[in-house]
Amino acid sequence: MKSGPLAYALLAAGLLVLASTPLWADNYVVRTAAIVAMYGALATSWNFIGGFTGYPSFSTAAFFGLGCYVGAICQHAGVPMMLAWLVATLMVGAFACLLGAIILRLRGHYFAIGSIAVVEVCRLVVSSWSSLTGGGDGLNLPLLTWAPEQVMRFFLFVMLGILVLSLIATALVDRARLGFGLRCIHQNEDAAAMVGINTTLYKVAAYTLSAVFCAAAGAAYASWTGYIDPTESFQILMTVKVPVMAMLGGAGTLAGPFLGAAAFVLLEEVFWANFLDWNRAILGVVIVLLVFFLPGGLLSLARKAKAKANSANSGSGGAA
Amino acid sequence: MAIYSQILANGLMLGALYACLAVGFSLVWGVLNVINMLHGSFIILGGYLTWFAWHGWGIHPVVMLPVVGAFMFALGYALQKTVINRVVSAPVLTTLTLTFGLDMILYNVMTYWFTATPRRVQLDLGSVSLGPVTLPVDRLVGTGLALVLTLMLYLVMRGSNIGRAIVAVRMDRSAAELMGIRTERIYAITFGIGALMAGVAGVVFASVFPITTNVTGTYLGKAFVVCVVGGLGSVPGALVGGLVLGLVESLAGHWFGPQQAITAGFVLMLVILLTRPTGLVGVRGYE
Repeated sequence: MKSGPLAYALLAAGLLVLASTPLWADNYVVRTAAIVAMYGALATSWNFIGGFTGYPSFSTAAFFGLGCYVGAICQHAGVPMMLAWLVATLMVGAFACLLGAIILRLRGHYFAIGSIAVVEVCRLVVSSWSSLTGGGDGLNLPLLTWAPEQVMRFFLFVMLGILVLSLIATALVDRARLGFGLRCIHQNEDAAAMVGINTTLYKVAAYTLSAVFCAAAGAAYASWTGYIDPTESFQILMTVKVPVMAMLGGAGTLAGPFLGAAAFVLLEEVFWANFLDWNRAILGVVIVLLVFFLPGGLLSLARKAKAKANSANSGSGGAA
Repeated sequence: MAIYSQILANGLMLGALYACLAVGFSLVWGVLNVINMLHGSFIILGGYLTWFAWHGWGIHPVVMLPVVGAFMFALGYALQKTVINRVVSAPVLTTLTLTFGLDMILYNVMTYWFTATPRRVQLDLGSVSLGPVTLPVDRLVGTGLALVLTLMLYLVMRGSNIGRAIVAVRMDRSAAELMGIRTERIYAITFGIGALMAGVAGVVFASVFPITTNVTGTYLGKAFVVCVVGGLGSVPGALVGGLVLGLVESLAGHWFGPQQAITAGFVLMLVILLTRPTGLVGVRGYE
């Protein structure tokens, strides 16, 4: 699926706005920008398995949460912060690779259920393995000793960095044989296997790609907030929210997941601020409306508008 | 040995409750091919209605069974007819997301009206002893009710025209349509029955365990496990899945501590998914 020039323009504008927030806005806005960047990275990663490959994966929160914990445990053991993030990314990537080789044999509903169960199992194991993870009490991390604005700015750029890396990976995969193979699997997995695509390998690659950026974001998030606990790190809500963001923007496109994440986080902020008691219900309504009225995502609106303009321009000759 | 007969009894009682909890979820998944994320909230809604009727007006939970059942059937029927039927043949990502969105709304409404305080119908029926095994009577009655309700669903599915129409749609939608079955209506009825079973399971649960909106996810998780372990869309499958899960949780709770009971259930589910995706009593080709 090709993203049009409008999508690229929106993507570039979005990234610029996020990166420039420290120049023109207060700490609250910068924090929101960092959250947008983080969810943008999560949704862009989900896109590898959910958008390109069409597997209904709901394991985002497992990778995010494991990233939180591996990073936090490393930092506790005295590993420097950045190195801890790298270790978390690599370890969770390896975990996703192994897990993917097992659960990607499932399809459709069974894969969806299996991937949700992975989040629950991770949460339960982490909360009962108290000697390593602190159990239900959670873990404290060393806080950065800089000024609050500096800390916020630092994590904004970290999250933006992860987001940009995930976008670059998406662009590379999109052009490569891998992206083509994944789209074939999306359309018809048996046919893809028949024409010689190593479907297992491709799916595991997509699943692993969908995990590494989540893990990096999770590890950075843990250092940012300074405290993590199992319920906060492994949320079923997050695991469904992230695919919703990707679908809101347009699953399978380069810019869509990020734009969807930005729109969703901004909506969420507005609802939190104005309807504290009802924000969950309002988000539910947003999801229902999205499924009914915008199944192709926000970018499909632009595509439709363009198609309309084209058919109008081509005049009476091509009108059908 | 005494301890094991107690564990066995606990496991079987719990298992019957799980079967009743999951049978509606299994039916909806099997027939509509929809993973109904609302199921946990439906159970809690049934439980809340029971608690408020009991606490406010002194109505006995058993009396509430038909009332809650009728209300939940109407709610489920209306939801499927107006909302879910529009996307019922869409990929799982869409239907799961839609029911999750609906669940967020229901969850929010319940938390707002009822608050998340745990509530329980205290019937104080005492307990009976059978040799070395002690059985709380309220739980025993709950188990009996759960089994009776599950059996009733089985009889309806087997014996009534509606039940046979549902089975026909499950086997082959287009063939059923050619036979003059209105599938949209069957879908709505099936979803209504799913909600009904969740609601009556909630009535039973409210008399055995505390009810709070915080456990909707836990009950939904149980429904996942029971459904996968037993096999989709059949009442005997849900019964087998429920009993197996009940026993596994009791044993794992005894051996590894209560926290590990839930983990054991999910691990069991993942193992069954990978080794026998049709479930223990599943029929091949109906996945």
